[in-house]
Amino acid sequence: MVKFRIEKAPAPLWIKPLIPLIAIIVTFLVTSILVVMANANPLEAYYYFLLSPLSNRVSALETLVKATPLLLTGASVTIAFASGYWNIGAEGQLYAGAIAAAGLGMVLGNFPPILAIPIMLIGGFAAGMLWASIPALLKVKLAVDEVVTTLLLNSVILFIVSFLLNGPWRDPVSGWPQSPQIVDSAQLPRLISRSRLHLGFLVAIIMILIVWFILTRTSLGLKMRAVGHGQEAARFMGVNVGQTMLTAALISGGIAGLAGVTEVAGIHFHLIDAISPGFGYSGIIAATLGALNPLGVGLAAMFIGLIDTGAQTVSRSLGVPVYLGNVVQATLLLVTLGMFLLQNYRIRRD
Amino acid sequence: MDTFIVGLIAATLRVATPLIYGTLGELYSERSGVLNLGIEGTMFFGAFVGFAAADATGSLWLGVLAALLGGMLAGLLMAFFSVRLGVNQHVSGLGITLLLTAVSLFFFRLIYGEPRIPPSIRSFDQLQPFGNLPIIGPITTQYALTYISFLIIPLAWWVLYRTNVGLNIRAVGENPEAADAAGVNVYRVRSYALMIGGGLMAVGGAFLSLAQLGAFTYGIIAGRGWVCIALIIFANWQPAKVLWGALLFGGVFALQLRLQSTGLNLPYETFLALPYVVTIIALAIAGRNATGPAAVLKAYKRE
Amino acid sequence: MNAIEMKSITKRFGPLVANDHIDFDLQKGEIHALLGENGAGKTTLMRILYGLYHADSGQILVDGSPVHITSPKDAIGWGIGMVSQHFTLVSPLTVAENVVLGYNKGYIYRPQEVIQNVTKAANQFGIDVEPSAIIRHLSVGERQRVEILKALYHNAKVLIMDEPTAVLVPQEVDILFQTLERLRKDGLSVIFISHKLYEVMTICDRITVLRDGKKIGTVLKNDTSERELARMMVGRETFGVYRQGEQKAGNPLLRIENITAVDKKGLTALKNVSLNVYEGEVLGIAGVSGNGQSELTQVLSGTLKPASGKIFIGDKEITNASPSEITRAGVGRIPEDRHAGVVGELTVAENLALESIEKFTRRSTLDKRLILKNAEQLISEYQIKARPTDPIRTLSGGNMQKVILARALSPEPRVVIASQPTRGLDVGATEYVRTKLLEQRNRGAAVLLLSEDLEEVMSLSDRIAVIYEGQIVGIVPGTEATEEQLGLMMTGARQEVKQHG
Repeated sequence: MVKFRIEKAPAPLWIKPLIPLIAIIVTFLVTSILVVMANANPLEAYYYFLLSPLSNRVSALETLVKATPLLLTGASVTIAFASGYWNIGAEGQLYAGAIAAAGLGMVLGNFPPILAIPIMLIGGFAAGMLWASIPALLKVKLAVDEVVTTLLLNSVILFIVSFLLNGPWRDPVSGWPQSPQIVDSAQLPRLISRSRLHLGFLVAIIMILIVWFILTRTSLGLKMRAVGHGQEAARFMGVNVGQTMLTAALISGGIAGLAGVTEVAGIHFHLIDAISPGFGYSGIIAATLGALNPLGVGLAAMFIGLIDTGAQTVSRSLGVPVYLGNVVQATLLLVTLGMFLLQNYRIRRD
Repeated sequence: MDTFIVGLIAATLRVATPLIYGTLGELYSERSGVLNLGIEGTMFFGAFVGFAAADATGSLWLGVLAALLGGMLAGLLMAFFSVRLGVNQHVSGLGITLLLTAVSLFFFRLIYGEPRIPPSIRSFDQLQPFGNLPIIGPITTQYALTYISFLIIPLAWWVLYRTNVGLNIRAVGENPEAADAAGVNVYRVRSYALMIGGGLMAVGGAFLSLAQLGAFTYGIIAGRGWVCIALIIFANWQPAKVLWGALLFGGVFALQLRLQSTGLNLPYETFLALPYVVTIIALAIAGRNATGPAAVLKAYKRE
Repeated sequence: MNAIEMKSITKRFGPLVANDHIDFDLQKGEIHALLGENGAGKTTLMRILYGLYHADSGQILVDGSPVHITSPKDAIGWGIGMVSQHFTLVSPLTVAENVVLGYNKGYIYRPQEVIQNVTKAANQFGIDVEPSAIIRHLSVGERQRVEILKALYHNAKVLIMDEPTAVLVPQEVDILFQTLERLRKDGLSVIFISHKLYEVMTICDRITVLRDGKKIGTVLKNDTSERELARMMVGRETFGVYRQGEQKAGNPLLRIENITAVDKKGLTALKNVSLNVYEGEVLGIAGVSGNGQSELTQVLSGTLKPASGKIFIGDKEITNASPSEITRAGVGRIPEDRHAGVVGELTVAENLALESIEKFTRRSTLDKRLILKNAEQLISEYQIKARPTDPIRTLSGGNMQKVILARALSPEPRVVIASQPTRGLDVGATEYVRTKLLEQRNRGAAVLLLSEDLEEVMSLSDRIAVIYEGQIVGIVPGTEATEEQLGLMMTGARQEVKQHG
């Protein structure tokens, strides 16, 4: 009889790309319980989830629209986590970028788009950086744990947004708690007609590539990865740990800020308090699913965009609560975390 | 004494209640060596499960019990990932928060649909042990769950320092290798601690839906779980000191409510944000280089 | 009847066979040495006996009956106790709490009662510790006694001691041996893991030698000699690297002037340390671990800022300089903990490049080809068994240390700071590292060697400085130093020694 045993050794390389695939299958099996509880057929639900968004041009492009902020928050989280800086604040930094976009969008009326749009992007990046600099400086200068402060600041900025929308920026036209519509020249142009796909998608793809380039091709990236994997050793080898972390935190905040710009200037054209349904947290999911490899993170963000689009289709077609999409995302995160452990084992024949 | 002050004290105790439950819950997790970022979701889950169970059974206390059990289950789930599988505690904790929030929302939508106003129930009555006596009367007019939270602080201390389970929790949180070598089952002790912790967090959430609000809303927790994680740093991981942090935050929050009603000419969001900002400032002053239990964030793996 | 019998124990870690069909037996009331080089499989075998590892195959018998030991709890239940090399004590807890941990009955924990019980046990076994003391405040010797008490309190009939003398000064070793001797008379059986020949010849009755995961044989002490044991252990009779000849002192290349430093806990770790290390010499620093060696290394590596004092490389002051400035000033550094000197997830090539990253950067972009070429060259020069693209965590301890050597020594630094350079390495790698250090000395570099291995310090150093409680208590020429004299100085017995050179 042939006997097998499991031993602790690096698994063969072909396992690695299979892990997300297995994780997806397990996730759908687990979450199908909820679908059944909502009196729907899981197979039907997953058809709407995964295939129907890709079956026509409009919803396929909509998937990319949904993926845009996730690509950005995913890239943001990736560069921070890779540097050992636990930025849980992409959500708040996104809002900072959104505030800047809404503010700039009100005053850029005299600028042509060729100037207005770069100003919007730079402004959003700067705002995200600024908001990220608070926990980053507290961490680097005073050794205050960044996890707690970034989480708390996510709550704080929501109050700032609420203040702006109920006070100085309340839309005089509609009277709703939303900022006045941004000027036309500050709106991100559509990439493809008859769709919502806007320039922000390209910006997002470029940011993913930039993060990839920084992490793998520059000395800054090497220092970041050194700090991320072993602060003490990095310091020993002459890396300025505080400065490297600060740089990573600021870039991370800036990229998250861009996600705020793309949502305001590409989709809503107003600042609203629900501008992000948790893109910052979904960015953490994308970064984890992609194992902090920027290209993998890009794919993961697209997949989460697909889930988001799919969840709405499922909700519309089958009456399953739209939050199924969030459940699937979170389950996928946890299952993938568990599945990554498979890399450390291999099955051997005795 | 001024009714302003009396009202402030009474409100402080009320606001502090869910924080005491949450912080003690997190304290048990962290003392065993696990940072549980699932706290925000666990509190949300507790608020929802408590509300739904109370609504379904007509008994508020059954609601509390359901929240407790749900929270323990959440703790067990966290234990499965962070302790059994030993995956990154930051990410698994956030994953638990995202999952429990999503699951709560899913079932809320499934049960209650999309109501224009949040469904409500008749919430707990406040106890009035001193009737209408001046000062002491209004201050002690509190929910039973508030009284229980104040009793749980010494109980939490006692379990941690005067029981063998507590000794084991303290040991695995500081040096799991040593505890293992002494024959303590690290996985089991951590799982217990996370279950106790999860139960407490969820009851904290249920206090909001069953006592303070009598309703369930999407913003019911609103970052209170994260505040608890900050409070634990203040408390220096000591149960007794949890009280002071919770009262400080509760006080600022209660003050904020009072100041709003005095018609001070500041936007009310300033006051809403105040407790969070104060927490961050206090962290920067008091929490610098705070060192928790040595094994926090380190998964224990035996060869 | 044997207290313990282990039959044909096999244990693999991935492709490595740590224990290959090993038989071992322990008689009642004997002290039995398990002798072998680092990596021979001694600790693995004992961790299996104590339930920390599970054997892939083989059988364990306690008092003649087969048992299944799957956890330390099982082992303790069968009367087996273990004192590991790295103490398994919870430092914020008291001695008494550590002793009863995992063994306290019932639900309620009563501190006073526990302290009484532990006091009683300590008196009964004649072990001198204060049960209400917090572990953090105890010396290494005291902590070891807590470990022994812990095992005895749990009714150990068999005590496994893993390299118990590695952390002790000679005088504490004597106390340990007396304790073991007395406990043996009371019927305790002891397994004594060691790689020091004279120790096992002093204290043990029988000796089992392991090499490369295989059992070489078991001999009675009275039938053997150190020479025979050495041959069994390493497969040849003598080994070792020694410096040749006295070096004429040249200019001081490293000057340390009145350095005082505070450690992480805020305690003064270095008090007014002054040392000169000259061109072409090895200055060894001997001392029991935890007497300021780590902090001295950190101050010299730029990872800890001194509270006062100055440091010079040649004429250049490097006090408060960053690690990269220190490297550029001509210092090669070998860190105390090699895992703190490399980033495990990064590749060998990246680890070799990071310290002087500006050399491998063109307009802030990495020159990957140059990084790879540099790695290939150093890998062949330093005989490192690895590919440039392997993550460095996959390397053995010896190869990892060679990477660090290559990085530190290839720029031909004027000053070499080597901290515990051979800790945990096998014979071959140890020999290699020592040879390389002497090469540096002969090339004219000033070598500062910090080591807890007295034999290493004595065989390599031209001069030996002894550090005790953060102070240099004396410097003696290598040729004149004796183990006894150094041992006394290491325990703080200050004596008048004229500064040499």
